[in-house]
Amino acid sequence: MTHICIQPYDGCKKDIVDEIAKRLMETIKLPVKILPPVEEPVYAFDPGRKQYYSTKILRYIVNNHDSDALRTIGIINTDIFIPVLTYVFGEAQLNGRAALVSSARLKQEYYGLKPDRSLLADRLFKEVMHELGHTFGLTHCGIDSCVMTLSNSTAGIDRKTANFCENHRDEFMKKLRELEIYDEK
Amino acid sequence: MKSKPCIMIVDDEEIVRTSLSSWLREDGYEVLIEESGKRALEDLKNHDCDLMLVDLKMPEMDGLQLMKEVKKSLPDLPVIIMTAYATVDTAVKAIKEGAYDYFMKPFDPEEISLTIKKILKQQRLEQENIYLRKELAKQFQFHQLYSKNKKMQEIFELIKTVAKTDVTVLIHGETGTGKELIARALHAESLRKDRPFMPVSCASLTETLLESELFGHEKGSFTGATNAVKGVFEVADKGTIFLDEIGDISQKLQMDLLRVLETKEIMRIGSTVPIPVDVRVISATNRDLKKSIENNTFREDLYYRLNVITIDIPPLREKPEDIPLLVEQLIEKFNVETGKSVKKVNEDALSMFMQYGWPGNIRELKNVIERGVVLAKSDIITINEIGPCLGKKTEDTGKTDTLSLETMERNHIASVLKNNSWNISVSAQILGIDRTTLYNKIKKYNLEDNHK
Repeated sequence: MTHICIQPYDGCKKDIVDEIAKRLMETIKLPVKILPPVEEPVYAFDPGRKQYYSTKILRYIVNNHDSDALRTIGIINTDIFIPVLTYVFGEAQLNGRAALVSSARLKQEYYGLKPDRSLLADRLFKEVMHELGHTFGLTHCGIDSCVMTLSNSTAGIDRKTANFCENHRDEFMKKLRELEIYDEK
Repeated sequence: MKSKPCIMIVDDEEIVRTSLSSWLREDGYEVLIEESGKRALEDLKNHDCDLMLVDLKMPEMDGLQLMKEVKKSLPDLPVIIMTAYATVDTAVKAIKEGAYDYFMKPFDPEEISLTIKKILKQQRLEQENIYLRKELAKQFQFHQLYSKNKKMQEIFELIKTVAKTDVTVLIHGETGTGKELIARALHAESLRKDRPFMPVSCASLTETLLESELFGHEKGSFTGATNAVKGVFEVADKGTIFLDEIGDISQKLQMDLLRVLETKEIMRIGSTVPIPVDVRVISATNRDLKKSIENNTFREDLYYRLNVITIDIPPLREKPEDIPLLVEQLIEKFNVETGKSVKKVNEDALSMFMQYGWPGNIRELKNVIERGVVLAKSDIITINEIGPCLGKKTEDTGKTDTLSLETMERNHIASVLKNNSWNISVSAQILGIDRTTLYNKIKKYNLEDNHK
């Protein structure tokens, strides 16, 4: 139980998913495995809202979670929501095993702007780190640069870095040590 | 102290409760969830909650009814109303009835997040503000006295220095300036603080009664003296006696008092046995005793005996900077006494207070605020409630240079009558005239007892 799984959904660009996996591996120093893409989750589609219900997808990921994996993070290309909010960028089980991130609203073209691949990868990586943090029990941060800062807009995501602040990094490392992933050196 | 702010979600739809609560928990809040208004009210009894998110449409008790119930016991708890079917009418109604905000489901995450942050920040600032105001008030508090005024601060310092000794203190100040509170502070700061403090109002008793009150009497010493009674000098042994309106006592009592101060012994009326007493004497007057000495109505030797230290209390009109502080303290006092929750007096009323002459000083301000708190229709006192209490600005302010002799006489008679609750005999005695003359003066100056 020492690796992180990425579960891409159909429609996600392979090169971007690969880049996310590589950056994740470099940042958290754990192996990252990319699972074969799965079909868009029609079971979670809400025809009234024309969006996918993120909690349903998350539940599916949890139920199909590889027990050898430490965490599984779904990456989806469609717009997701939770019933009480108009949209979410992602959803995670706080202190749980799975998380989901959507790239739909991270793309410049969603806002009528010119596509920007590098910006999309940056945003997606930050949101993956953010939701992964939640699965390790980290809550939102008051430090603007910390990746655990709550961002409800792309401008907010662009303002923060992809790194944890000192406190959240310590908390993250502590959780990994508790899981006996890292040796005390 | 709570580490996380606590938000309560009340919604009959489970899906809303779970999705909103997990989203808020990620944001670092402690979240309580309830499915009905009734359960929410129960839960609030056991939990200290900072904000409520309440669904408008719920069976049995709807969101607005729940909010009304909550506001009865927790008026400052902010409530956000949520609904899936927003109309302008319901939104206006919710805000009018005290909701902090009104959100349509589903919410824009950025909007709701910012609103919650704003509410919690505002709450924290309000709590800080209340704390700091209390701390600030403490800085200007000396026992039951509050003042920012430089002269008053000097008096507080003087009290601390003088209190530890047994020297006599004469407090001089207009009526209502808090002479007794100064005397009590002196007692509380002294080594006698655990022994009795006995105030005696010298002007309210006849000579015989006052003599008996001070020195006690033996059984049968005068008609009605059916038992032996201790006087305050005996009761206050090792404590402090406060002789208010000392300028009003008779020549005979002045002599008796002088003897007690010199010998530290008293004799009950009807007895020849001296009883040793260890009492500190603090006296007070609103008269100019030096003038009374010139007029031979007050003994010079007694004056010097009583007046080792003089404390001269400035009238309220000379320390307007104290008015806002006093108003705040008095509102708090009367809120407790009346069970109301008045917050302040409005700007117009406060500016009227600052300009008014306050002939009755703090006692008058106290009466005005008490009336305001009782009559206030909202949590703010306005001129409508207190305006009628305030008299003319300059008439009784003590600035007498420009007044005619007749006006002076009228004001003085009115003031003596008022201070003695229109007791004609006592007032006549104080004024040094007989009752008939006083009645004629009342008629001449058209004076009326407004409290009848």
